Amino acid sequence: MGNMKLTLKIWRQNGPNDQGKMVSYPVNNVSEDMSFLEMLDVLNDDLVRKGEDPIAFDHDCREGICGSCSLFINGEAHGPGRLITTCQLHMRKFKDGDTIHVEPWRAEAFPVIKDLAVNRSAFDRIQAAGGFVTVNTSGNLVDGNAVPIPKDDADKAFDAATCIGCGACVATCVNSSAMLFVAAKVSQFALLPQGKPEAKRRVLAMVEQMDKEGFGNCSNTGACEVECPKGISLEHIARMNREYLAASVTKE
Amino acid sequence: MSKLDSKIPPGPIDKKWTYHKGHMRIVAPANKRRIDVIVVGTGLAGASAAASLAEMGYNVKAFCFQDSARRAHSIAAQGGINAAKNYQNDGDSTYRLFYDTVKGGDYRAREANVYRLAEVSANIIDQCVAQGVPFARDYGGLLDNRSFGGVQVSRTFYARGQTGQQLLLGAYSALMRQVGKGTVRMYDRHEMLDVVIVDGKARGIIARNLITGEIERHGAHAVLLCTGGYGNVFFLSTNAMGSNVTAAWKAHKRGAFFGNPCYTQIHPTCIPVSGTHQSKLTLMSESLRNDGRIWVPAKLEDAKAIREGKKKGSDIPEADRDYYLERRYPAFGNLVPRDVASRAAKERCDAGYGVNKTGEAVYLDFSAAIERYGKLQANVLKIENPSKEKITELGRAVVSEKYGNLFDMYENIVGENPYDHAMKIYPAVHYTMGGLWVDYNLQTTVPGLFALGEANFSDHGANRLGASALMQGLADGYFVIPYTVGDYLADDIRTGPIDTKRAEFDAAEKEVKDRIDHFLSNKGTKPVDDFHRALGKVMWDKCGMARNAEGLKQAIQEIRAIRADFWQNVRVPGKADGFNQELEKAGRVADFLELGELMCLDALDRNESCGGHFREEYSETEGPQQGEAKRDDENYAYVAAWEWLGEAGKAQLHKEPLTFEEVKLTQRSYK
Repeated sequence: MGNMKLTLKIWRQNGPNDQGKMVSYPVNNVSEDMSFLEMLDVLNDDLVRKGEDPIAFDHDCREGICGSCSLFINGEAHGPGRLITTCQLHMRKFKDGDTIHVEPWRAEAFPVIKDLAVNRSAFDRIQAAGGFVTVNTSGNLVDGNAVPIPKDDADKAFDAATCIGCGACVATCVNSSAMLFVAAKVSQFALLPQGKPEAKRRVLAMVEQMDKEGFGNCSNTGACEVECPKGISLEHIARMNREYLAASVTKE
Repeated sequence: MSKLDSKIPPGPIDKKWTYHKGHMRIVAPANKRRIDVIVVGTGLAGASAAASLAEMGYNVKAFCFQDSARRAHSIAAQGGINAAKNYQNDGDSTYRLFYDTVKGGDYRAREANVYRLAEVSANIIDQCVAQGVPFARDYGGLLDNRSFGGVQVSRTFYARGQTGQQLLLGAYSALMRQVGKGTVRMYDRHEMLDVVIVDGKARGIIARNLITGEIERHGAHAVLLCTGGYGNVFFLSTNAMGSNVTAAWKAHKRGAFFGNPCYTQIHPTCIPVSGTHQSKLTLMSESLRNDGRIWVPAKLEDAKAIREGKKKGSDIPEADRDYYLERRYPAFGNLVPRDVASRAAKERCDAGYGVNKTGEAVYLDFSAAIERYGKLQANVLKIENPSKEKITELGRAVVSEKYGNLFDMYENIVGENPYDHAMKIYPAVHYTMGGLWVDYNLQTTVPGLFALGEANFSDHGANRLGASALMQGLADGYFVIPYTVGDYLADDIRTGPIDTKRAEFDAAEKEVKDRIDHFLSNKGTKPVDDFHRALGKVMWDKCGMARNAEGLKQAIQEIRAIRADFWQNVRVPGKADGFNQELEKAGRVADFLELGELMCLDALDRNESCGGHFREEYSETEGPQQGEAKRDDENYAYVAAWEWLGEAGKAQLHKEPLTFEEVKLTQRSYK
């Protein structure tokens, strides 16, 4: 164990209808090698021993890829540092004696389940609306190399596809817009020949679902791109807007 | 008498699957609509199975404990997926992939299953490309490959260091397409807590809604467990925090035999443990071994100086470095299979050559690769007589293009730049080859209960080769189960919906509720993690990279003590009817505490060394293979399938003899 002492101010909320409030907790013996979530483990361990209710927060892989963790730390999604998720944030980014504010993602479309855990099922419903290529499982598809894809397109599609669906973009946006998330998926498929046949349908359906879920509009502040742990570029929003415009104009 | 029937189809190995598919019963489209299938787990195996079965017309219910199907731990697989495409014209073929996998598994896998896996591997790539999975491509627009440990061809397809993510998102998109059509009902934040057996067949599950705490009954004509591996029995592993054995263990307690529980894969290239606070270990992809060279100092005094912080790795001159893999295994060098590389690292560290504070780390060094790539790049750019700095700059750019995300990950965790200082790595628990015993149709010993992907024991023998887990998960889900489950369900076209009000459901639900009540009303003092950590330490020390009979016997006693302590002294706060993460953990650790004992029992039974199972008493004592694992094919060429006999630690061993018709059993040599 280390010797950093911190004060945590953490959002506690018993359920979606509970009012919720910030509660202060001292944490001692923090090592700079700990991840932020390991530091919370230490606090929770302490709370359980004292017979108190530990803090609920989502986490799973703890290596920055599953997209489960979702904390708003000192006013930033996934805390200080760029291109990392909360589980990749290490305590060496903080100083002994710091006070750290920890809140859940805040957006109407992401209701709080408990404390710092929120419900992000809206993202699944957007995906189900059109975030796929219509192809059934078949052992008789054309060979994977039958359609060459320019490396540049494949690379760009990959960059878009690295989105982990964590929701940092929504939490960061002043309007709680999900444009970066939706654009990443639309863009990935729009860049690949496999995605082209149903590109119009896809963008219209996904945007419609996004609006239905109660996400706000995009006002181009660019904050989402800055806080995205995977560095998904605003370019994808521009591409989605073009796709959407073209699809709207030509739809039957 | 053995109750095991592997149901391997007749005929030559390359015709078995075709023959079997041609002779299986199928369910007509109109009848599929009357049949319900439950899929537990939404990783590669689960998502691909759920999507494929729904496309075929079955009513599917899919369950995952994560908040979204997309977050299953397959997402974290880095390196790649094998397929016998032979795009590189380097002599690859279905047969060679089959052969490499059987050999890599140290001849403890079922030949027919492995051949089928190799056979469908190429279809997986085609399927994923069609779904829009953005694999790496070369400038001609064609798919790129790289090589992985234990093989001498390049057959691994990849998407930078995030192949698992891209494949899973492909399967997830197929799944969500079916969810959108209403053919799959998705139950996320649900955990399966028991399987319900009616008249000897799996007919449903009991699940807990993790948000409301409600205990739910779900009926179905077949239940597919795609619930991954049990590496978290070691507490520290590369698995996700939530990865658990509960679904498989409940199935085991309801009659499904557990196959080869002691076969665990210790991955050689993980970031070493840094302190007691550690909650998990992070893998550095095996692909790094393509370019990184593994070494420790050749002199004990240098290793000591490094541990004490008086010297750095870069201070050690070339002549005083021991590239021990290249020294011991000249033919495969740094690309020996995982079990071999892990043991070699342990051997050096045990001998006192470790290079971090704990003495449990070796170097993975990219300086040679940076120099080599830098010179190549200077040639490409026609830079004459490049300076050393220029070469380094160019080389770093190439290495960054290939492995950039892994290097960044390392720097985040360790706080040290791996371009300037050689990475420090050490083996960690990564994958479990063991799992529920299944026949050729992926059916467990309980009719109607199937196991797919890492949750079953079937294809990797005693050691899995790199980039084969993704292949197996998707093969099972896309191309095997859609056929084999139909053969079973053909009997159920007139069964009608399963009645969840039956006494069997009552009884299973009661057991689940009683256990939850026990946890919440227990007046203990210690959090769940205390017990998990204690169990993990016993498992790692005595049933980890090296095992011996004495240690295993001690481990069994120690695990029993921890288990008794757990039931008496665990403290689980909160309530049953709500979001309660400590309660979730308690249930999972309770099952690990029983599984751990079975793993030791299995390891104790297997008086040989094979693959990831290394018994210190059974190694070569002389000759060119000195120190290497010593298999005993005469007595141990079998699958150990354990039957639950009503309480932990009591299990009946059943043996499925392994017969090898295609591959000649030899000592695995990578020298």
